[in-house]
Amino acid sequence: MNKILLVIQREYLVRVKKKSFLFTTIGVPIIIIGFYAVMIAVGVSGGPETNKIAVIDEANLFNGNIDKAKDDGSEYVFISNQSPDSLKVKYKKLGYDYFLYIPPIEDFTKNVSNIQLFSKSPVAMKQKRKIEKTINSIIEQKRLQSANISREQYRSIKSDVSIDNKIVDGKEEKKGVAAVATIVSFVCGILIYMLMLIYGTMVMRGVMEEKLNRIAEVMVSSVKPFQLMLGKIIGIGAVGLTQFAIWIVLIVGLQFILSIFIPSFDLSTLPQTGQGAGAMAENVSKMDAFRIGFHSVPWGLIIFSFIFYFIGGYLLYASLFAAIGSVVSEDQNEAQAMVFPVMMPIVLGFVIMTKAITEPNTPLAIFGSIFPLTSPVVMMGRLMYNVPISQVIISMLLLVLNFIFFAWLSGKIYRTGILMYGKKVTWKEMIRWTVRKS
Amino acid sequence: MNRLEVKHLKKYYTSQKAVDDISFSLAPGSIFGLLGPNGAGKTTLLRMITGILFPDEGEIIFDGKKFDPDTDIAYIGYMPEEKGLYKKMQIGDQAIYLAQLKGLSKAAALESVKHWFVKFEMQSWWNKKVEDLSKGMQQKLQFVTTVLNDPKLIILDEPFSGLDPVNTNLIKDEIYKLAQNGSSIIFSTHRMEQVEEICDHIILVNKGQKILDGTVNGVKQQFKENMFAIGLESIPENISTPAFEVISNNRDHQLLLKIHEGYKPNDVLHYFLQQQVGINSFHEILPSLSEIFIKLVEGTPLTRQFQTVTA
Repeated sequence: MNKILLVIQREYLVRVKKKSFLFTTIGVPIIIIGFYAVMIAVGVSGGPETNKIAVIDEANLFNGNIDKAKDDGSEYVFISNQSPDSLKVKYKKLGYDYFLYIPPIEDFTKNVSNIQLFSKSPVAMKQKRKIEKTINSIIEQKRLQSANISREQYRSIKSDVSIDNKIVDGKEEKKGVAAVATIVSFVCGILIYMLMLIYGTMVMRGVMEEKLNRIAEVMVSSVKPFQLMLGKIIGIGAVGLTQFAIWIVLIVGLQFILSIFIPSFDLSTLPQTGQGAGAMAENVSKMDAFRIGFHSVPWGLIIFSFIFYFIGGYLLYASLFAAIGSVVSEDQNEAQAMVFPVMMPIVLGFVIMTKAITEPNTPLAIFGSIFPLTSPVVMMGRLMYNVPISQVIISMLLLVLNFIFFAWLSGKIYRTGILMYGKKVTWKEMIRWTVRKS
Repeated sequence: MNRLEVKHLKKYYTSQKAVDDISFSLAPGSIFGLLGPNGAGKTTLLRMITGILFPDEGEIIFDGKKFDPDTDIAYIGYMPEEKGLYKKMQIGDQAIYLAQLKGLSKAAALESVKHWFVKFEMQSWWNKKVEDLSKGMQQKLQFVTTVLNDPKLIILDEPFSGLDPVNTNLIKDEIYKLAQNGSSIIFSTHRMEQVEEICDHIILVNKGQKILDGTVNGVKQQFKENMFAIGLESIPENISTPAFEVISNNRDHQLLLKIHEGYKPNDVLHYFLQQQVGINSFHEILPSLSEIFIKLVEGTPLTRQFQTVTA
């Protein structure tokens, strides 16, 4: 239909030409990248923080000296001429950040407790871990000595198993990494959730604008209300897709440019910066796993489904939002009350999705991924986990059918609502409009 | 052949009969006044004629054929009472958009918009936004967007609200010109003096029903009360005659008379001639449409009450 195209064109161009579109489209990726850059800059320049720690070692664990090889970046100063009780009060004045008190230990082979770290404010988790690691390793060493086991023997006894997850999907074997599956699912789900909300409410505001500025009656004397509604929904959907496409291009492009100027600026090396050499090796293997996991993602399926569920979910919710926009009058509070029932299933979908990414096959997750009001968000959260193809097909089919149904239903509410001025519309009336023949 | 024929049109809502069996017809080139108090059903009637609402019963004949909103909409221009334009959209773009929606090609739309913008001296508005315009300017723009597609039927609901006399005349002149070129115009308003001036034919609607139908003059004749004004050189002290009674007496030696049944204007002249009073002027006073309107609508509640519909 020619008129629908005209409406789509207007809705699209009016929004794309706006300054705010330019700002959010260009601004958001720059802010995201800028955020990254600041984080990395801090990571590179800062280095580990060094704390000065006063130690009273009554158990004589360290023999007055902490092995440099085990240095965790903190400066330990052993103090022997002070009682713990007096030092406890004045360690800060003497220029120490913390005070570590190790009481006498009778038997190293028993469980050691009562080691205390005094501080003015809660100690950072990382700092506490470092100190614990240092103490644990010395106690371990003492225990090995008393059991007469050499370090080599101990290493050969200690077990450090990690399980490889092989995904067999008929064609090829791939290594799967649970963390990657979770991240990808979560990101897809949350994106769909956000896009449906952002662009759905944009449709609602557009309809309200038409109604409140009294354009609706002028418009419907030349265009059918349904064409006007559908044109607006599709036009705004196209704005959404455009914005999304520009974001992807910008983020990828900016990352590429930045990685030329700042060699360390590469997502794959990000977690390594600013860490000790020992931790590095561990992180590299983690990154490898991540990379392997990344390759195990069925990207074709994910991208296709993402676009399908975004379009389907958006169309479905946009029709509902359009209907809501057409019935509210000037009152903003009324708009909020009306929107609530439409928002609920979206939020519900989000909640189910957060569960489904870790437990993808519970009845609730399966239901959520098929029920059309929640399926776009929930199915994206499950897709990584080999969802039976029948479920995917049913879910997609139901989504399409429901979009058609809700568009038809909303069209009926919209055509009446948009011409009602200054009157509060009740749910009962809206239901009556939908059953009435035109 | 009539441009528009409305036959027994009905539209019932759950709480009231908005339009209850209204018929009228409209010739090409005529200016038709649709009058009625608030809530009489005028807007519902106009919405059915513009294809926004479907009638429950009755039919609409447009140019000799049954009215089909899909195709006939291109020949209708509707300026509703609730007027509005996209506030943030550029005025030139907006006018072209609205013309295109009426079925004009982009080139034809551009040409028509330019033509009207020159005519109304609106060229400088092209790149402005509607929100930059005053209310009167918006009204003018709204009128222009209504007639861009050179419609055969133009429906104007309160077209002069918010316009100053200069712009009112500008638009009034355009309405005459459009009618001369063969467009039929339906003019809906409460402003009776404008109706008297502009319209050839009127109908009065109240509570969804047509209560009056005729030419402006015909209606006035129908409701005349044999009132005459006579200008005299001096006013006699005592006037007593069975032929008429004096209604009022103003300082300019003018008398307002009501002639009693069975007597004629000649009897009035005869009486004053007999009294040897010089007569300066003598003319009939026809009731204004306002008076007729008030008379007919009076007694009915000011705003429509809800009624139960059994149909």
